[in-house]
Amino acid sequence: MKYLDEYRDPASAKKLVEAIRRQVTRPWTLMEVCGGQTHGLLRNGIEAELQGTVELIHGPGCPVCVTAMESIDFAQQLAMLHTTSTNNVVLASFGDMMRVPGSHGSLLDTKANGGNVKTVYSPLDAVELAKRHPEKQVVFFAVGFETTAPATALAVKQAANDGIHNFSLLVSHVRVQPAMEALLQSPHNRVQAFLAAGHVCAVMGYESYEPMVERYRLPIVVTGFEPLDLLEGILNCVRQLEQGEARVDNAYSRGVSRQGNQAAQDIVREVYEVCDRPWRGFGIVTNGGLQLNQDWRHFDARSRFDFIRSLPVIEPAECESAHVLAGRIKPPECAAFGKACTPDAPMGAPMVSSEGACAAYYKWHTP
Amino acid sequence: MCLGIPGKVVQFTQQETPFAKAEIEFDGVRRVCHMACVPEAEVGDYVIVHAGIAISRIDADEAQRVFQELAKLDDDDGWKDEP
Amino acid sequence: MNQTSWELHCPVAVNNDSPRVMLAHGEGGRMMRKLIRETIVDILSSESLAEMDDAARLPAIDGPLAMTTDSFVVSPLFFPGGDIGSLCVYGTVNDLAVSGAKPLYLTLSLILEEGLPIAVLQEVLQSVARAANQTGIKIVAGDTKVVPRGAADGLFINTTGIGELVDPVPPGPQALCEGDELIVTGPVGRHGIAVLCAREELALQPAPTSDCGSLVAATMQLRHRLGTRLRTMRDATRGGVGAVLHEWSESSGLTLAVNEKDIPVSPDVRGASELLGLDPIHIANEGTMLIAVESGASEDALEALRSLPETQYSAKIGTAITRQATPVTITRMFGRPQPLDQPQGAPQPRIC
Repeated sequence: MKYLDEYRDPASAKKLVEAIRRQVTRPWTLMEVCGGQTHGLLRNGIEAELQGTVELIHGPGCPVCVTAMESIDFAQQLAMLHTTSTNNVVLASFGDMMRVPGSHGSLLDTKANGGNVKTVYSPLDAVELAKRHPEKQVVFFAVGFETTAPATALAVKQAANDGIHNFSLLVSHVRVQPAMEALLQSPHNRVQAFLAAGHVCAVMGYESYEPMVERYRLPIVVTGFEPLDLLEGILNCVRQLEQGEARVDNAYSRGVSRQGNQAAQDIVREVYEVCDRPWRGFGIVTNGGLQLNQDWRHFDARSRFDFIRSLPVIEPAECESAHVLAGRIKPPECAAFGKACTPDAPMGAPMVSSEGACAAYYKWHTP
Repeated sequence: MCLGIPGKVVQFTQQETPFAKAEIEFDGVRRVCHMACVPEAEVGDYVIVHAGIAISRIDADEAQRVFQELAKLDDDDGWKDEP
Repeated sequence: MNQTSWELHCPVAVNNDSPRVMLAHGEGGRMMRKLIRETIVDILSSESLAEMDDAARLPAIDGPLAMTTDSFVVSPLFFPGGDIGSLCVYGTVNDLAVSGAKPLYLTLSLILEEGLPIAVLQEVLQSVARAANQTGIKIVAGDTKVVPRGAADGLFINTTGIGELVDPVPPGPQALCEGDELIVTGPVGRHGIAVLCAREELALQPAPTSDCGSLVAATMQLRHRLGTRLRTMRDATRGGVGAVLHEWSESSGLTLAVNEKDIPVSPDVRGASELLGLDPIHIANEGTMLIAVESGASEDALEALRSLPETQYSAKIGTAITRQATPVTITRMFGRPQPLDQPQGAPQPRIC
């Protein structure tokens, strides 16, 4: 496939690994922000290839993993509503969210218990579902970073345009930059450079990282997901670090511009506004989320189904995913890793999502 | 996050913004995707698709950059800062 | 939504007035006999079924037998490349064939959901008859039950297959030896992707097609050509090639090492897998198997397989080696073997 296969070329990858090795004089610590990057690094054996050269800390960039348990609990209550006569709810969700544990099991468990849950590939498919089933209330579980927000914003615009009133969003969108800042402000911070999330930047651009680089004096390199993209991003970080520089650079310029995607940003701004949001593992992140703005609040499932009361959240005590998500420990350092907690019986979200750091480690890390 | 896959714009099925749609080809399959965020994309262009919408048009020149970088590494036959 | 799913996906033109399966069809009276005689027996044109006795009487066989049973619950009932009818025949026949048996007899147990259009049942049975004909297996006994609406997803089928073991019978995965070569008989993941795309209405065009088909000819070719150099065969159904590799590693105590670049993947499965974030090695097949042959025999095996249209894209994907820390390894770009995980649950399309 064009624009995939050439970025997976083994000979070029080896050349980049060599270049990184030649550059490094000290063990630098980089964080790849996005779970998709973690996936690519481990699946392709890049982390192993660079062992002893650079240390990669896996960042919080898996929106499935950081989605607050309270949102999952709420989604589960919505999915059970169809058993009552007045609200025939179908909860539509990305496949990724299906296995993530809330306080009382996952959405798959909800389905097994009679809840009406349907996986969709796109939020716009959920709008189509609502169109085909006017007798049902379709609620789309809108999780994801800035990358996904344009798609969910477009979905409500489409619903409004087509006069579809039986569609709403359970919004749990998160914004990645405030979480990066929160990490840097932490007294435990070890991150010396960031590989910024390529597809978030495709939408948002990277101009907004410039003040961050000034303030914290560390390189931020916009990085893609294929092996050559990841290695180029790492090489760029390492060069800057070795030369004592701190810039925002773009190693994913085929898909990302400095300003980002204006059309996408416009759609997001039209529908959403920035809000504080609890992140799993982080607590409340200031400006860390998006919510529907005043003009679109009538599409908000939380107000449409305002009779649902949030229940107290129950976190499994042993699970140290909060520390994993914040980059404080690596997954194998958690006592439950691979023992009480496996992808078959996950305790924390990072063991569930195939993008989650724990699952990626469990699957692909060579001990 | 954010599985984004490059695909080729084959034909528009709906031109009018903001709900423009086009058929995008991903190797052996095509899917109709939303084009609202890539108004500049034309038939034959490659776009990155995430969750059913195109989020970016791929810049064909920039796509070569890493290979130019690699060629430079070859030319240098090593790295200039090498001790 | 389950109650209507077979209507949404059924390619048969069914209008709302067309006759449907009623609970009475399962109650043993005139309606049931009429359904069996006029729909089931007629379409399957089986002498043994036509007798409508309690059991099929079969001739003596001189030699050991293989017997298998399986239940088919696919949703949707019809998918590109097949349907529950062809699936239940090929699935059963393939289980016999890879065990080293010549398929002989099949039983068919139908569990029908009240309200299922008779036309859908007819279409499925025609497909059963075609597949049985093609593979030479005889349908000798059957059963029909009707369950209330909501208690089944349109139609479930349970089968039993009997085959005659023919020498030399491949010894099985526990006999795998170091150096044995691993071959996959076609592009992987086609069935799982086809069904997933149809079930989740993913609207991919052209819709990916299942590899649902017979492995009888391929297994016969292989046995004929390789004799005792053929170690073991397995149709790589649920969990795909990845699951079979893990099972074989467990039975043999060896590590199985495969190369990603050697694993054949068709362009539609490739495109769909990239888009949905899935790995074809963990996706189900229904007419593609994994085989292990003695060291040095893979060229002969590939030549035999490539002479048949259904296995023309066979490829050697790896070897059995001394047991390592991980049971199954896959080599990707850096030439460094990495652990290949077991698949977790059913594949879900993902966006992360």
